[in-house]
Amino acid sequence: MSGLSTKRLMKELADIQSKGTPEGIILLSADNMDEWVFLISVLGDETIYKGETFALRMKFGNRYPIDVPEVSFIVTFLANGQYQPPMHPHVYSNGHICASILADNYQPWTVLNAVAICITMQSMLASNNKKERPEGNDRYVRSAPSNPKLTRWHYDDDVGIGIKFSCHNPAKWV
Amino acid sequence: MSSDGDNDDFLYEDEYDDEFDQDDIDSTSEPDVYDAMSPAMEEAPQKKPYDVSWKVKTLQEIIDMQNKEITKVQSLLEVPASSAAILLRHYVWNSEKLQEQFWNDPAQALEAAGLSPPSSPTTHTSTQPTGVFECPICCMEYDYPSTYSMGCDHRFCKDCWIEYLSGKIKGEGESAKIQCMESGCKRIVREEIIDDLVTHDISKRYHNLLNAAFVADSPTLRWCPHPNCEYIIECSQAPTRMLNQLVPTVQCKCGDDLCFGCGYSASHRPVLCRIVKLWEKKCADDSETANWLQANTKECSKCQSTIEKNGGCNHMTCKKCKWEFCWVCMGPWSEHGTSWYQCNRFDEKSGIDARDTQAKSRASLERYLHYFNRWANHEHSAKLDAEFYQKTEKKMEQMQNSGNLSWIEVQFAKQAVDAVIKARITLKWSYCMAFYLKRNNMTELFEDNQRDLERAVENLGYLLEQNISDTDSIAKLRQDITNQAAYVQKRHDILMDDTLRGYLEVSYSAGDW
Repeated sequence: MSGLSTKRLMKELADIQSKGTPEGIILLSADNMDEWVFLISVLGDETIYKGETFALRMKFGNRYPIDVPEVSFIVTFLANGQYQPPMHPHVYSNGHICASILADNYQPWTVLNAVAICITMQSMLASNNKKERPEGNDRYVRSAPSNPKLTRWHYDDDVGIGIKFSCHNPAKWV
Repeated sequence: MSSDGDNDDFLYEDEYDDEFDQDDIDSTSEPDVYDAMSPAMEEAPQKKPYDVSWKVKTLQEIIDMQNKEITKVQSLLEVPASSAAILLRHYVWNSEKLQEQFWNDPAQALEAAGLSPPSSPTTHTSTQPTGVFECPICCMEYDYPSTYSMGCDHRFCKDCWIEYLSGKIKGEGESAKIQCMESGCKRIVREEIIDDLVTHDISKRYHNLLNAAFVADSPTLRWCPHPNCEYIIECSQAPTRMLNQLVPTVQCKCGDDLCFGCGYSASHRPVLCRIVKLWEKKCADDSETANWLQANTKECSKCQSTIEKNGGCNHMTCKKCKWEFCWVCMGPWSEHGTSWYQCNRFDEKSGIDARDTQAKSRASLERYLHYFNRWANHEHSAKLDAEFYQKTEKKMEQMQNSGNLSWIEVQFAKQAVDAVIKARITLKWSYCMAFYLKRNNMTELFEDNQRDLERAVENLGYLLEQNISDTDSIAKLRQDITNQAAYVQKRHDILMDDTLRGYLEVSYSAGDW
């Protein structure tokens, strides 16, 4: 792997190692420079996800951070145990996430980085109070591409980069 | 799209303009003009009140149009050319609105368009600090000349800029609205910066996209939809609100017709754009039926052998049993040679009878298929145009050789073929029109016109298929074909005239669909 992402990812990794990650977020593995796994849990007693931990996978292309990484929740066995994607109206049962910040037509991330994606996901979970799958989950999962970036998401509104999420139904995928 | 003073320069300067106004006032006695049609008249057809004026522009002219506007705004507002371009694009080339907003609050107008406010330093790059700079995107270190920042002071290395701009242009097809790389910064990247950074190919694509956006944003411009054609049509007489009364068919310099209203890549007269859209959608939904497949092949009505029509007129002769029949109605041809010709109308009465005994949906499918089959039939014939031309050219050579006719004297055959093809396209759409027409007196008139044209075209098609035997028969054939072609042209113009004039006078109304 080469290109403009290498140095950037090394720096992000070095930052994580020196400064650590926010509470509730752990870097589980970054053995491959281009594929990292984070563990995410929601803090506090108020959350409907109390006691649950989710694994978030990020795959970086060599155009990162000009291109967004491929981000999804893990649905398989890992060395440390089994992970399931959170029950959430924007998370499909195959781990794909419908969030406008993960779409490709955005500005490069000078403020956002791998940890910031985790924080955004954490707040997405924290603000939810209904454990349910998105509408049309089964239909989507049956025919979805393995790379969620290939899905053409249709967002209800254009919130852009930030904590807020918008969705919904995958209009069409190629 | 431009100020009043400028309209004269690139909207109305064509010579048709005066004619158009005259036609508008005095246009009642025109259809007969075609009776004495000569080839010379076909070169410059008389304009009808339902015709629009248009001009064909080259890409360079489109670029010049933009530059002219940019120069004007540049001097009026005293801003650099690239800022003028960004402002104009933001205000969709409406320079009046731009000026109004700008003089109202210059800083706000610039800000809204993605430009730095006039007070802020825009020449930051000239006072670069020395030393090394770490690009916040790739985290690599660079000396300052290898970095770049716009007026907004967000600095990145040129490699990241190139990667970003190339991705936006090539990957996402963006042009006028490429913003600064900094999250949330709305500053628009200027043309000259993009040209300076990206490769030649990408810069070319960027400018193509800018031009495409200019044409797409302008209600008076439209790209010629034909493959490999790079002309642009300019027409200011067919705004969207007029499309209920006008079918603005125009001809590009590439020689092909198109509809300025909807961009359909051929003439769809006499049918209105929105009806064409309905029809196409219906055909896409319904035509995958077994019934549609049946439209391509038919069984001889006598011996039942399967026949595919591969060109020519509707007068079919079965190769197997020699039975002569009509391809459209499948009835015996003997009934068609005389005045009786029932092929063009869907018998409403039998439709009612059918509804009595069969499900309603079945009847409506049948009604649709009736019109669709006739539409598809002409579509199919039109697809065999090239072959028809070839055959006729061969025949013209033959006539020149055996009949001692000069090249100019055999041109009548080509003109006849042109008339047939033109009429077939009109007939094709007339069936779409008939499908959607509400039944009233006007419908009767329409169907009469349609039937007359249908018959005239068939006769001419038949004459053109005739074999040439000797010099005498050539002379007679020439006479017959010329007469019949003139008749087809006349019937064609009557049908067009009645219908298109009807739209203007709102005497046609759509049925319930």
